[in-house]
Amino acid sequence: MSLDLREAGSATPGATKPAIADCDIHPCLMQAKDILPWLPRRWQRHMEQFGMLPRHGYQSGPAYPKGQPDAARIDAWPPGGRPGSDLGFMQRQHLDPNNVALGILNVIAPAAGAAQNLDFSAALCRALNQWQVDEWTGKDSRLKGSVLVPYEDAQAAAAEIDYWAGHKDFVQVMLLSRTAEPLGQRRYWPLYAAAERAGLPVGVHAFGYGGYPVTAGGWPSYYIEEMVGHAQCCQALLTSMVVEGVFERFPGLKLVLIEAGFAWLPSLAWRLDKTWARLREEVPHLARPPSEVIRQHVWVTTQPMEEPEKRRHLHDVIEWIGIDRLLFATDYPHWDYDDPEWSLPVRLGADARQDLFLRNALKLYGQG
Amino acid sequence: MNAMATTGAIDCDIHPAVPGPAALLPYLPPQWRDMVVQRGVHDLETITYPRNSPLTARPDWRVPDGKAGSDLGQLRAQALDGFGLRYAICNCLYGVQVLFSEDMAAAYATAVNDWLAAEWLDREPRLRASIVVPVQNPEMAAAEIERRAADRRFVQVLLPAQGDVPLGKRSLWPIYAAAERHGLPVGIHAGGSYRHPITPVGWPSYHTEDYVDQAQGMQTQLTSLVCEGVFSKFPELRVVMIESGFTWLPAFLWRLEKYWRGLRMEIPWVDRSPSAIIRDQVRFTLQPVDGPPEAADLLKVIEHMGSEELLLFSTDYPHWQFDGDAALPATLPPELMRRITVENPLETYPRLREAIAS
Repeated sequence: MSLDLREAGSATPGATKPAIADCDIHPCLMQAKDILPWLPRRWQRHMEQFGMLPRHGYQSGPAYPKGQPDAARIDAWPPGGRPGSDLGFMQRQHLDPNNVALGILNVIAPAAGAAQNLDFSAALCRALNQWQVDEWTGKDSRLKGSVLVPYEDAQAAAAEIDYWAGHKDFVQVMLLSRTAEPLGQRRYWPLYAAAERAGLPVGVHAFGYGGYPVTAGGWPSYYIEEMVGHAQCCQALLTSMVVEGVFERFPGLKLVLIEAGFAWLPSLAWRLDKTWARLREEVPHLARPPSEVIRQHVWVTTQPMEEPEKRRHLHDVIEWIGIDRLLFATDYPHWDYDDPEWSLPVRLGADARQDLFLRNALKLYGQG
Repeated sequence: MNAMATTGAIDCDIHPAVPGPAALLPYLPPQWRDMVVQRGVHDLETITYPRNSPLTARPDWRVPDGKAGSDLGQLRAQALDGFGLRYAICNCLYGVQVLFSEDMAAAYATAVNDWLAAEWLDREPRLRASIVVPVQNPEMAAAEIERRAADRRFVQVLLPAQGDVPLGKRSLWPIYAAAERHGLPVGIHAGGSYRHPITPVGWPSYHTEDYVDQAQGMQTQLTSLVCEGVFSKFPELRVVMIESGFTWLPAFLWRLEKYWRGLRMEIPWVDRSPSAIIRDQVRFTLQPVDGPPEAADLLKVIEHMGSEELLLFSTDYPHWQFDGDAALPATLPPELMRRITVENPLETYPRLREAIAS
């Protein structure tokens, strides 16, 4: 058997490939202290003395050690830096060769919105938002930012959204999925009001630590359990947002679920419909079947794409969800990156392909 | 749907209810009987099924002035005769596992099992039961299994879906060892001890969410059982996931399988694919059918599951999952109906096979 391996950098020239939107790219700081110039003096001092204390036990690094350093592709380390820290390297390795026409930035490390100290959380979010403009979106117009918000303090989060509203470099508000309470609860509503007002979709990216066990049955042992479990966390937060009536209250709100897969969505919608039909008296604020609400308000990014043994099974799932609600994402530079050329296991018609890889994102993020 | 389809079926999930705290007093040892009375220990029904919630009992299956499922005569007429059942497995959901005292939990578990044997199994030959165990203390739970195993009418060990620790954790393995030793599948039923919030992101506001979220809890427990190596360590063990749907299984497996390929170095004892393990060792009860609106799509979901051996018939009596006698989705092909109603349950429960052979 012989394998044809392409040399690094000699892949099909980017410009000859169809343009794509990548709805989940992770820029990061070379080192945590690199954010200091963007912080007010008071918070610089705080960061030097105390760092950012998360809602789990370790000062640095995650609660569950990853499968690879920084959970990154081993080829995504720029010389002398961390994966995602070097714009030029990202352009050469990913944006140019894959012909990324629109790249949505989601800064998940540091997890600024999940800090215990809410005032520091707000300051760090502001700093990282300005850093995105100065170091990324201002230097490459293909890239658009997500507004990081101190989501455990919804008033402060709303203020952060108001601050950036109308800025052309920001196309979404971003939170992490594992919050202190289910995201439908009213303590988070001011955040949704602000996002709706600003016309920005709310993206909820997997990860973060809210402080509770990451399963309803307690803390699991393994990183693989945490990773598989993001799908269940996202089901729980979507259940909360639907059942609490968030979308009734904020009819202009658009929700994007990022990096939790998507094949679980139809089954959840069916279960919600069935339970809603039986228990409607408990939730009289829900006038429509949950599946309709989800169909109207929810988008999902594709990575990590589920991989059935039979590819057409994924086709069934895509039909149930509606292809107009799927947004292609690579998760660059992380280890479970989905390659735009190889990762979609089903054949789609040219039109559907364009929707999934590009047009849905252009439309949702107002870049058409 | 006609009644014929369920004639001779084995119902793998019905719920006899403890009528009230006093019903168990005769089955508690004297010191516990005194303690329970002296302290005024309340009824141990959990918040999973609020008594008057529509889900908790179908309107025509309610018991006047009592809990649905507390009356043998009514259960016999409506479930056993009504569906023409050959056997039905009683899963008593009395909230023994929510107690914080291991000793009190053990005493109550023994009492519930004695009560089941005397008031249900002795009086109705079509009934079988799951062993209620004090999961708070795995050694005590294993002891209860040992105590009960000789009574062949107990065909399964019952665990609530959410407890102190994920169900794969090694501290719980004495339960699986005892279950495997006696040819008893472990049935994991919706509900739990409420030690942690019902979701990984905190407490929800509504009963509706609690019930929907049970399916996600079930998924994470299946992840735990596979990843911790329970199925590798106990190859003869069978696990039945009860009353939390099954349409989530394909997407769950695709994701678990994908991450197993990427991260199996972390769990080297999982030496074959999670899909293969689950198809060999895990089963799912039918109700609630969280199915798609188009009947034809349900067949697609079952095809996505990759096996016709996974589903076990259940009515979930007296919970309100369907109306009339529509316990089976009408579109299932006859061969599949037979698998679900008879063959799959018999293949899953050795003690039912044994009963039929004798």
